[in-house]
Amino acid sequence: MTAHILTWWTILRICLEERLVYRGDFALGTLMRFMPIVTQIFLWTAIFAAAGQTEIAGYTRDNFVAYYLLTMVSRAFSSMPSLASGIALQIRNGEIKKFLIQPIDMIGFLLLSRIAHKLVYYAVAWAPFALVFFLCRSFFTHGWPAPEILAAYVGSLVMAFLLGFFLESLIGMIGFWFLEVSSLLFVYMLFNFFFSGHMFPLDMLPAPWDTVVQLIPLQYLAYFPAAVFLGKIQGPELVQGLCVQAGWVIALIVANRVAFACGVRRYSGYGG
Amino acid sequence: MTGLVAYVRVFLTFARNSLVRDMTFRSNFMIESISSLSWMLMNLGFYVLIFSYTQNIGQGTDAWDKYQFFVFISTTMFVNSLVQAFFMPNAEEFSELIRTGGLDFALLKPIDTQFLISLHRVSWSSLSNFGFAVLLMAYALTHLDYTPSWFQVLAYPFYVLLGVAIMYSLMISLAATSIWLGRNQSLYNFWFYITNFSRYPMEIYRGPLGTPLRHFFTYLIPVLVVINVPARLLAKPLLPDYGYLALFALAATLASLVASRWIFTQALLSYRSASS
Repeated sequence: MTAHILTWWTILRICLEERLVYRGDFALGTLMRFMPIVTQIFLWTAIFAAAGQTEIAGYTRDNFVAYYLLTMVSRAFSSMPSLASGIALQIRNGEIKKFLIQPIDMIGFLLLSRIAHKLVYYAVAWAPFALVFFLCRSFFTHGWPAPEILAAYVGSLVMAFLLGFFLESLIGMIGFWFLEVSSLLFVYMLFNFFFSGHMFPLDMLPAPWDTVVQLIPLQYLAYFPAAVFLGKIQGPELVQGLCVQAGWVIALIVANRVAFACGVRRYSGYGG
Repeated sequence: MTGLVAYVRVFLTFARNSLVRDMTFRSNFMIESISSLSWMLMNLGFYVLIFSYTQNIGQGTDAWDKYQFFVFISTTMFVNSLVQAFFMPNAEEFSELIRTGGLDFALLKPIDTQFLISLHRVSWSSLSNFGFAVLLMAYALTHLDYTPSWFQVLAYPFYVLLGVAIMYSLMISLAATSIWLGRNQSLYNFWFYITNFSRYPMEIYRGPLGTPLRHFFTYLIPVLVVINVPARLLAKPLLPDYGYLALFALAATLASLVASRWIFTQALLSYRSASS
């Protein structure tokens, strides 16, 4: 058991050190990522000025800006750059063999290295995030939410991370069957951008689209945590949402295990 | 004149070769076209959703109603699809050529290096958005409150091309900086973030922060005139007030092209081959 923990700890430490090499680039890149928010502020100000209302779909202008800022936090948890393409590449070039002969579980290894990736990201990115949120604090008209809401928010963020990870790794493992997943990944990213709520709050959608977003797990990657923080989802609805999100995580873990087991049976490695 | 004809023929050869290459991988071509179209549709969906909650974006004479805004979006699609089809793949390859030393081969050829670097590949699949933009434009124009004059219709494609030229200048200047920096991945992100400002009507940038921002992206880095000038030309009745902006767009395009040519040649002077 101790040896096992020691192995995983070593993996985590190596990944952390690897990631810290590019910290300057990270910080600058994170700050730049907020630039589209600037245009969103102006766009929504112009929309509200034209509409002559203080609320659109239950959101004030400040709510909209706060929402966009919060989806940036959600995405910082749920986005998994180059995870799926990395898995597919390892399948294609045969590198995946190392997981078949070493006593290391591939999904576990990837999860740990992704945790390391994220920890380093937050260690560096908290500064630009804090700066932007401090500058934009006036958009959060209700201030901090109640402690139980905050706890639910943190829980939904952690699950958003797990959901994002297992969704992308599942797409990567489709590589066992198709070898090349880049076009599939592009389609996923496209749907993800629209249906995760990164573009606008999903409760703005009319029927039948509002039902569609309820049926797929993408809303839990960006919209759900942000809506929880803003108090849009409360009481039994909140508990139900968290349970459904947890259900999706478990279902995807099972799907990942099945895909890996079937994929490995199908996989053939040649040469050294 | 013969030189110009030769350049046109070389460009046509590039275009033909790229088409042959694209058609070799037909399914890939189809997937690329469909995915870029879906991206456009989702963007359009976002604005359709917004206009289900409001009549206009902006107020008073600066307001853009739904169909005027569709003209604006079509213009964005025209400019972006042209930039993506003709210049984007080349600019991306340029920084790789510098890093790997492949630029040597381009420098040795008896043709203008900027021309060769900028146009040697055409991404035909990006033009699918152009086709979609034509349909959207036709739909929007038939629903506009007024009919644009023949002058507006004729000046529109000219100003779209000016917009493409400004975007090209910005892109090639950023790409050329990779000669000094070795690699410029974050500069490409920078390009996307800057051009993000151009995708909205310039009237939305107002107030203590918006006005300086509008002036910056109009007069210093003229990305705001790229879409705004042609879109406004077609979507709204001609007003003398806007005449200065149309004249400015002309001057800004010339200045951008000259500046980008200067940056490109200066960057080339600093090039050290990496291969030999």
